[in-house]
Amino acid sequence: MAEKIATREAYGLALKKLGEKNRDVVVLDADLSKSTKTSEFAKAFPDRFFNMGIAEQNMIGTAAGLAAAGKIPFASSFAIFACGRAFEQVRNSVAYPRLNVKIAASHAGLTVGEDGASHQAIEDIALMRAVPNMTVIVPADAVETEAAVMAAAEIDGPVYLRLGRPAVPVIYERENYQFQVGRAITLREGKDATVIACGIMVSVALEAAAQLAEEGLSVRVVNMHTIKPLDREAVRRAAEETGAVVTAEEHSIIGGLGSAVAEVLVETCPVPMERVGVRDVFGESGTPAELMEKYGLTARHVAEAVRKVVRRK
Amino acid sequence: MEEQTVYDLIEKARRIRCHIIRMVGEAASGHPGGSLSAVEILTALYFREMRVKPEDPTWPERDRFILCKGHASPLLYAVLAERGFFPVEELKTFRRINSRLQGHPDMRKVPGVEMSTGSLGQGLSVANGMALAARLDGRDYRVYALLGDGEIQEGQVWEAAMAAAHYRLDNLVAFLDHNGLQIDGRIQDVMSPEPVEEKWRAFGWHVLRIDGHDYGAIFAALAEARQTKGRPTMIIADTVKGKGVSFMENDPFWHGSPPTREQMAKALAELGEGV
Repeated sequence: MAEKIATREAYGLALKKLGEKNRDVVVLDADLSKSTKTSEFAKAFPDRFFNMGIAEQNMIGTAAGLAAAGKIPFASSFAIFACGRAFEQVRNSVAYPRLNVKIAASHAGLTVGEDGASHQAIEDIALMRAVPNMTVIVPADAVETEAAVMAAAEIDGPVYLRLGRPAVPVIYERENYQFQVGRAITLREGKDATVIACGIMVSVALEAAAQLAEEGLSVRVVNMHTIKPLDREAVRRAAEETGAVVTAEEHSIIGGLGSAVAEVLVETCPVPMERVGVRDVFGESGTPAELMEKYGLTARHVAEAVRKVVRRK
Repeated sequence: MEEQTVYDLIEKARRIRCHIIRMVGEAASGHPGGSLSAVEILTALYFREMRVKPEDPTWPERDRFILCKGHASPLLYAVLAERGFFPVEELKTFRRINSRLQGHPDMRKVPGVEMSTGSLGQGLSVANGMALAARLDGRDYRVYALLGDGEIQEGQVWEAAMAAAHYRLDNLVAFLDHNGLQIDGRIQDVMSPEPVEEKWRAFGWHVLRIDGHDYGAIFAALAEARQTKGRPTMIIADTVKGKGVSFMENDPFWHGSPPTREQMAKALAELGEGV
């Protein structure tokens, strides 16, 4: 089994590294710095860290002001608050004026776990990708998270970075990894169908593809780490070359990766498609593993979706 | 810029009121009442208090002004145009298709506009961020903000009020345009934010209360704010909504309603100008 690290852990370390390289990087948090791991940056650079208390709307607005004055703010909280509670501040004070604010939201999706539905953001990708000027990145592992943090700092504009709470397998080797915003990564070649996944579901998709190979199904796995701008060419190629597409995300099937991919498919190369995701319901308390099982987000569920989509070809 | 006398400012304010009436009247859309109430505050800031360079609007050392109550855009545009940030002629395009002068200010379109505002309650947080950035960079620029008294019904304002005091932002000065009216009527009837002085004081601000149409009082308050260390200053400016146009004064109808042609002519005549 591969090493496991939470993407929020990787975020904390990457942020500290970025802070050493770039004096303009500042970090804001809303009383969750130990959970979002911005505490690492806070320890290293106390003058450039601002705890804003439990007040996410003000945190986002303050980040906008810092950005307007030339800083590169990373504002962190749980996803439900950073882009749910403060949605309109993100829209009107950050995205509309195209300010250089990075919203790095941890604890996205069901794998928040025991805290339950009130804290499980399953609509954040939908919200953030609907906003003009916003770049939306969902890293799959620790290596990709660090690369995404560095890439986000290079973008002059708003970025939404979606991070998770639980430890997830490290897929990539740091030395060989190349990250480019908006460029999907094919992790496994296949000809019968393609699974396009993001975040925690990338390693789940790889597991499903391995299972299916034993049944004689050849499945391509694409890591769509950037939801916006979406790599339309990778989606079209997957459809043309494998004839069937399954999306997999730890998010509602409404408005997220599945919707984004479906939009491209119907416009370019319509093929049978299935969406793996949370099926328009709220989550509940439980361990991440129990929740992934109950809400249909395991390798078994992805494999079943692939079998189904292949039958529809 | 040469030091402006109060007499110069009074004339400037009169011209700006005329621009506001023409802009809203010609566009048949916009917010005259709360623009007219803060004319003295903005002219005092832009023509005497603030360090700005209209020829270099993004000069890093400039003082910043955030119009939190973004619907008073006719006032901000008129002041910026009179101060030389863009041609006065352009005011005619207010609220028209393809214009830089959007219904609510857009910082990416208009030179001199420091922040895109319009959704109430968000500006003070942004001002805080700029004030923090000044401190981080060791720069001595100051940040000014103008809030509406209806606007402070928004919860985010109080998050920002708390944060500004917590971070001891003494390079920040906010004005409250206390004209007592909002779209639906008197603030005390719709949702009273009173007592405003006590609230801001309790949030840790240095609070002053003045007649918002009296230049002497405005300058005295701004001078006191400069001397105030360790906390931000709130200048509660008692004002008259629709100030300067008899039939617009103290009537919430004029919050967001444009004058007809006849009303525009009457207003401009009162202000000493023809259409």
